[in-house]
Amino acid sequence: METSMNETQQQAKETVFRAPDRGDLQATATVDREVRRTVGEARVADPRIRCNDINVYYGTAQAIKNVNLDVGRNEVLAMIGPSGCGKSTFLRCLNRMNDTIDGCRVTGDILLDERNINAKEIDVVPLRAQVGMVFQKPNPFPKSIWENVAFGPRIHGLARSRAQLDEVVESSLRRAGLWDEVKDRLDKPGTGLSGGQQQRLCIARTIAVQPEVILMDEPCSALDPISTAKIEELIDELRQQFSICIVTHSMQQAARVSQRTAYFHLGDLIEVGNTEQIFTNPNHKLTEDYITGRFG
Amino acid sequence: MSNQTLPLPRPVDVINTGLGRRRAAERRFRLYGVAAITLALIFLVLLFISIIGKGYTAFWQTQIQMEATLAPELLDIADPADRNQVMAANYGAVMKAALRQAFPEVSGRAEQRQLFALVSSGAEDVLRQRLLDDPSLLGQTVSLWVPAGSDIDMVRKGHIDRSLPESERRVSDQELAWMDELAQQGRIEQRFNWNFLTGGDSRSPEQAGIWGAVVGSFLTLAVTMLLSFPLGAAAAVYLEEFAPKNRLTDIIEVNINNLAAVPSIVFGLLGLAVFINIFGLPRSAPLVGGLVLTLMTLPTIIIAGRAALKSVPPSIREAALGVGASPLQTVTNHVLPLAMPGILTGMIIGMARALGETAPLLMIGMVAFIVDVPKGIFDPATALPVQIYLWADSPELGFAERTSAAIMVLLVFLLSMNALAVILRRRFERRW
Repeated sequence: METSMNETQQQAKETVFRAPDRGDLQATATVDREVRRTVGEARVADPRIRCNDINVYYGTAQAIKNVNLDVGRNEVLAMIGPSGCGKSTFLRCLNRMNDTIDGCRVTGDILLDERNINAKEIDVVPLRAQVGMVFQKPNPFPKSIWENVAFGPRIHGLARSRAQLDEVVESSLRRAGLWDEVKDRLDKPGTGLSGGQQQRLCIARTIAVQPEVILMDEPCSALDPISTAKIEELIDELRQQFSICIVTHSMQQAARVSQRTAYFHLGDLIEVGNTEQIFTNPNHKLTEDYITGRFG
Repeated sequence: MSNQTLPLPRPVDVINTGLGRRRAAERRFRLYGVAAITLALIFLVLLFISIIGKGYTAFWQTQIQMEATLAPELLDIADPADRNQVMAANYGAVMKAALRQAFPEVSGRAEQRQLFALVSSGAEDVLRQRLLDDPSLLGQTVSLWVPAGSDIDMVRKGHIDRSLPESERRVSDQELAWMDELAQQGRIEQRFNWNFLTGGDSRSPEQAGIWGAVVGSFLTLAVTMLLSFPLGAAAAVYLEEFAPKNRLTDIIEVNINNLAAVPSIVFGLLGLAVFINIFGLPRSAPLVGGLVLTLMTLPTIIIAGRAALKSVPPSIREAALGVGASPLQTVTNHVLPLAMPGILTGMIIGMARALGETAPLLMIGMVAFIVDVPKGIFDPATALPVQIYLWADSPELGFAERTSAAIMVLLVFLLSMNALAVILRRRFERRW
């Protein structure tokens, strides 16, 4: 009752806010901005993850409203949208990181290989090994570089000996494009690296447990353009093996790295589609407003 | 429109006019700070001067050289091979004989009693030990240094003013004369007071030692630490990392904060009622003292531990959970090591408070007069602050210097504990 009222209020506010400066410049956009059902193709043929009717509540406030979305195999799915639109919240549903937030409630089915990972009885420990995550702020452990990467494989028992661990550490760092920069100081603290290196270390830490899906929550927001370019390159390489969901505020980044893009607006999934189509020919007015820089 | 006709002053000029006042305020504030620190330092120095000035003499002891004949008939030893006889022999008689021999002119009961008081009753222990070490000395005359009586000790250390008229001082002219005679013969000396550092308590100040109380305090604190650290740390970790946030945990949190403010004597009464009366644990034992101090220290450790855990950035927890660590692995591998310095600080604060705590120990009988150095946590014992309290309460002049000396020992104990804490914290500290 309350949430639906909030929704109406919010919609009303949006309408009032944007009413004056509407021109009919966007001949391409066909769906009006008051319409909140998802436009575009949310489903793919052979999904890695399929989300059905996801709703997320923080206490009584609803952060995600009835989202249906698929993540394909070997694809990068970019999630864009203005701040507070729920894209990070949605991302965190996919490996149950929202469990750690008090008062957060997620409803709906999230199928990973036909298994509902949003079910109560699912053990989040193997799930998070399967669906890895890279956070907005680089957060290496205040331990050595080696320890940072070896932590995951060790707690999951993926390597039996120190030699095997060394191997995993090296291959993960290589794939994260960090090996050559740190191979001589693996015993130095990971927190002593530069921001971009730290973020690549976090990516190495994530891929060391060989996940099937990698979630990235604005991984480049704290980085300079050169580090960002390196990480984008890395994302493109990782796509060969993993499915990647990336939340980003940079539309150029979304356009560069992703195959599909989802546009979120105030908890609604507004439009999904091929990245090229979204950025050149959006079907929803809100998407159009956002990517043309009208707001957000 | 009046703005245009009346130009506003430039902001820089406005700022400059107020600058002097701002600087003065800043200087004033710094001055207050320096004054406060100076005042605190002055008091601290005064405290140290007062304590050390009064107490250092307790580490020295006046000793008198005596020639004693270990005559078997005086000692009442029939068989020197029998240890029990040697232990129970009448060494007082030998000591008195030796004193009479040294001052043959003394006669009369009152005078003789004064004479015998020249030497501490601890002299008998010295004699006994000598004979136990070497039984062949029986029947021979030995020369040995024995502790002087407390009054003589006090005169030698200057705590009794010789210039006062005889009626106003504890030591008679006669005693002073004997003392001076011994001094002239070079038979009176100040020696380092090992007995103070190694002995237990005594009714006679010159024989009272601090070691019993040190061991008592050590055992009590060991029990406290072994119980309160794991309990406190585990409680803090559970409440902070695992417990659901609901009304019950809120109530628990409020009550832990309340417990930290409960006067320690209440914990003492609780310990008396529960540990001694219900569980039947021994009275005056360091075990009970440790249990009571654990109750008292736990809230401090839990509160400090929770604050330390809270200060670990959530990004570390997310990072660990994100690669699939279980909540326990997250805590033991990452959160706890980072919080450890803070938890240790809390523990040291709690332990330092426990070390200085007197009131609860009075309630559970650790205030008893205990001569023997405790050998375990079930033996009757006292603790340093209680010993200080007991000595400060004693009327004998000799206990005054011992009270100050005991405070010095307590401070050394405290300082070494804090030093240990700093070392521990350094080892656990990690950089981000």
